[in-house]
Amino acid sequence: MKQIQTLQNVEFTYDSQNRRSPALEELLDVIQYRDLIYQLIRRDIVARYKRSVLGVFWTMLQPLGMMLVMGIVFSALFRQVEGYVAYLLSGLIAWTFFAQTTSAAIFQIVWGSTLIRRIYIPMSAFSISSIGTGLVNLVLSLIPLLIIMLAVGRPIRWTIVFIPFPILLLTAFALGVSLILSTMTVYFPDVKEMYQIVVQAWMYLTPIMYPADILPEKYRFWLLHLNPMYYMIEMFRVPIYEGVLPTADVLIPGILIALATLLVGWVYFANRADEFAYTI
Amino acid sequence: MKSVILLDNISVRYRAPEAKFGTLKEFAIQLIKQNVRYKEFLALRDINLEVKEGEILGIVGRNGAGKSTLLKVVSRVLIPTQGRVRLKGRVSPLLELGAGFHPELTGRENIFLNGTLLGHTHRELETRLDEIIEFAEMETFIDTPLRTYSSGMIARLGFSIATTWKPDILILDEVLSVGDENFRDKCRARIESFQGQGTSTLLVSHNSSNIEAMCTRAVWLDHGVMKAEGRVTEVVELYKQSQQN
Repeated sequence: MKQIQTLQNVEFTYDSQNRRSPALEELLDVIQYRDLIYQLIRRDIVARYKRSVLGVFWTMLQPLGMMLVMGIVFSALFRQVEGYVAYLLSGLIAWTFFAQTTSAAIFQIVWGSTLIRRIYIPMSAFSISSIGTGLVNLVLSLIPLLIIMLAVGRPIRWTIVFIPFPILLLTAFALGVSLILSTMTVYFPDVKEMYQIVVQAWMYLTPIMYPADILPEKYRFWLLHLNPMYYMIEMFRVPIYEGVLPTADVLIPGILIALATLLVGWVYFANRADEFAYTI
Repeated sequence: MKSVILLDNISVRYRAPEAKFGTLKEFAIQLIKQNVRYKEFLALRDINLEVKEGEILGIVGRNGAGKSTLLKVVSRVLIPTQGRVRLKGRVSPLLELGAGFHPELTGRENIFLNGTLLGHTHRELETRLDEIIEFAEMETFIDTPLRTYSSGMIARLGFSIATTWKPDILILDEVLSVGDENFRDKCRARIESFQGQGTSTLLVSHNSSNIEAMCTRAVWLDHGVMKAEGRVTEVVELYKQSQQN
């Protein structure tokens, strides 16, 4: 029996000409693929330590080693900073999170490019999973940080419970930057190499290893307030190292920058994502 | 029979800068000077195609004829430059060897990684895990790292993950040429049983005997244009003739 079916009667689940806004579609798809994000994070962590004896302890030993080296080199130089290693480590952990996750996101989109030429995946999953891996490392590094605090005699105050909030903002900011960088990398592979240089210079411009007041007074205000990472680092460091809550002049710009970066990054990425398969 | 895939006047135009720009700076300078000329390349040209429930459609054509591009349009990877794609149901593309696997992870861990890449949830994978392992004949090696596997083992695992759930649309790009004869027969049997349950399959193969053995209909693509469409033997014959000339 022949059945004649007009096109209107057929219910399609995908129509290339009838789609929602890219930003919304990407968000809904990524929620649907949340188990993939978990698997990608798991892969990054498991695969990294699989063959090493100490395994995940390296995540904690790495900042300790870094701090030991820098602590020895710089603590004589910055005698005015009380408990210098605690100052250094609290800033360094936040910075490492940002630098590692953004670089990993670029690496992930390059790795993922072999896949997205063949199967449909919401591509923001790669940036999000890089951030997720970074978050696991960040939380693990808090353990050596607290040990160091006690060792150098800095009291741990109640303000430590505020820490999830700056971590959340740091996450939003790093995700926004990651999405912008991954999009650029698709069009210009050189971004990957260039960013390594930028991130180095950026670290030295941010008061992490040195106290902010050593910056020349003439440029200090601009050097600090035009640098988004200054707010991110301060919000994270102050409740730990100084035991007080960050003030509004750091908090408000910090919140605005983090949310604006995430929004811009998400919309930019989602609007370009359709073209990725054409260029990669 | 219901249509599962409908392509209306599909064109895919790749656009690549004519000259290679080494750096971002160079590109930016040339862009400002309006010196960037793009070379346009039509990978697909006005393709109209309808695939019905339960069909196995073979696609033949030379390298660069647009076969893979057509598959990408159907698997939602490429949004066509022009035209409209409509699909019904779940698309399962079978990945090439090793894509989406991690060498340091075990076979079992890779099932979860690969399965979630294909859009399955963790729970779905857990409930069918034994079935996936059994079909791939991997019971003894499933907990060793993937880097110790042979390419045939990886292919078996990949096929098993992609086909444990009956898809509505199955996409096979040159994948039936891997693995041993025994496993290939198993794959064919599975594809045919899907067909009986209404799955539509798109099959690309250089090996036209594969197409003749399995497909119910064929199309011949040449330089992005659909040259012929219809009965498998006729289309394959036309394609073969064109190659001899």
